[in-house]
Amino acid sequence: MLKNYFKIAIAVLLRRKFFTFISLFGISFTLTILMTTTALLDNVLSPSYPDYKRDRSLYADRVTIKNSEKGWINGSSMSLNFIKRYISTLKKPEKIAFYTFGRTANAYVNNKKINVEFKYTNDAYWDVAEYDFLEGKSYTKQQLDNAERVTVISERTKKAYFGDLDKVAGKFIELDNVNYRVVGVVKGVPRSNRNYYGDVYLPYTVSKSKYEEQGLMGNFGVTLLAKSEADLPAVRAEYKKMLSKVPNEKDFDKLYAHADTIFEDFARRLFGTDDSSGFGKMIIIVTLSVLLFLLLPTINLVNINVTRIIERSSEIGVRKAFGASSKTLVYQFLVENIILTLLGGILGILLSLIVIYFFNQSSLIPDLKLSLNFTVLSVGLGLCLIFGLMSGVYPAWRMSRLNVVSALKVR
Amino acid sequence: MIRLQNIEKVYRTDTVETLAINDISLDIAKGEFLSIMGPSGCGKSTLLNIIGLLDEPSKGSIKIDDQDTSRFNDQQMAKFRNQKLGFIFQSYHLINDLQVLDNVELPLLYRTSSAKERRDLATEALTKVGLSNRLKHFPTQLSGGQRQRVAIARAIVGRPQIILADEPTGNLDSAMGNEIMEILINLNKNDGTTIIMVTHDENMAHKTHRLVRLFDGSQVQ
Repeated sequence: MLKNYFKIAIAVLLRRKFFTFISLFGISFTLTILMTTTALLDNVLSPSYPDYKRDRSLYADRVTIKNSEKGWINGSSMSLNFIKRYISTLKKPEKIAFYTFGRTANAYVNNKKINVEFKYTNDAYWDVAEYDFLEGKSYTKQQLDNAERVTVISERTKKAYFGDLDKVAGKFIELDNVNYRVVGVVKGVPRSNRNYYGDVYLPYTVSKSKYEEQGLMGNFGVTLLAKSEADLPAVRAEYKKMLSKVPNEKDFDKLYAHADTIFEDFARRLFGTDDSSGFGKMIIIVTLSVLLFLLLPTINLVNINVTRIIERSSEIGVRKAFGASSKTLVYQFLVENIILTLLGGILGILLSLIVIYFFNQSSLIPDLKLSLNFTVLSVGLGLCLIFGLMSGVYPAWRMSRLNVVSALKVR
Repeated sequence: MIRLQNIEKVYRTDTVETLAINDISLDIAKGEFLSIMGPSGCGKSTLLNIIGLLDEPSKGSIKIDDQDTSRFNDQQMAKFRNQKLGFIFQSYHLINDLQVLDNVELPLLYRTSSAKERRDLATEALTKVGLSNRLKHFPTQLSGGQRQRVAIARAIVGRPQIILADEPTGNLDSAMGNEIMEILINLNKNDGTTIIMVTHDENMAHKTHRLVRLFDGSQVQ
């Protein structure tokens, strides 16, 4: 029976080639956008270089203090004092990595200024993140404790500073008039990964400012690495308990410093508040947005399908006369429609591959490489099915309600 | 085999009420070849559609094989039509996007037959109507007479007990019409199929066992 439906579906598509083109274009274009967006989000949220342990990591990078009576709010990244006095006392995490955000320095090469973004990190940072070392290795705990002026640089920085030199480990790079010895070169991280992106990585102990502020706020973030995914709740519970013991700053009575999974962190930034992660809200908004985005091509396809039903009245009448129940006809039409949307989906996948290829070639976001993996393809397929059902249900219902005698009278 | 009792059919619009069938009672025996004749608009096709369960009467009852069809739901009605009835239409109503063999297989799609069984039965039916060499053709590649023969093959492929033919020769010339009539007569004589045929053609009608005449929705003969 499915073979018969497939034959009919293809024949109907070929009957009105222009309408078929419009339908397929609408479906494939919509799916291309959705799949490319999914590929981007997949890269941001799923384990990817160098953050392969995302599924057992919690991220904490913000401290907010409030005066609930007067409505004062103050917020920033964490201070080293907060991390060393409180967060470092946690026992449950396997490792605790800390790092700074978004600091820049100038380097000069051949009278040319290169602006680099650098990160101060601790030694555990290199255990939590799995960087690809193209040369050398990370700085050691001893080097960190000794505040040795050593550095790990990205491949891009190596090219910009040292040109075509093959090996640069042992050489020096000057940043803001300070020389640092290169101990390692790593494969670049895309800028979309805020926690691990950097052009240059330095031991935090070499910082000029020494980060001796006493308060809770500063320029650091933290990754808590649990022993396993199952251990995350225990790590979070210990963190919350620790947080409850942190004394409030003067004139402030509330303290927020969430340790979130990557999803929660993403959701909180966009939709959440200090009191709620915004995860549920994000799911609702994303789902509604996808459905709204699908709505236009769906309505277009519904209109085309209803027109096709009128054209196929005779066929519907004959099928009913020879024993097709209304339920069977609805099923037939939905199958035909899903075949159409799957064809559109295949085109969408091909178009997505082309778009992604050009995106990767263009280096719009350096070092960010998108791909169509199993997750993205599953999402694409799922969207096709939803789309096929959404655009097929109403016309199928109309078809099933056609009176046989009236249908047979249509020529 | 078929019993119609006090059948009435009224078509209602916002302003007009039309009595298409007026109190018709009719018994049709198993194996009978019945013609229904009358002027245009007398209700012949309406009566045929009611017998074929394609339309519901406003009043009255229909029993086929002692089963009261008014109690059937959509699913039961569809199954009954599939198992017991076959239809031949004046305009053939073949699906132009499907080959001849696929057209004839259509009733069998709604049964639990395998693809091979469907193919074999459809080929047999087409052989019976003399079109075994046209299996892979499309309806648009056939003459009117050939299309009607495909329609007959489709009507008989499921071996129904009853065939309802609405002016099966209406769109054909006399030679082709006679060919079609021969096929129907042979079906009735050799297979014992009950055939109810609406026709305008007196000659065709007199080849059948019985003639029922309608006028303005009522039976007059």
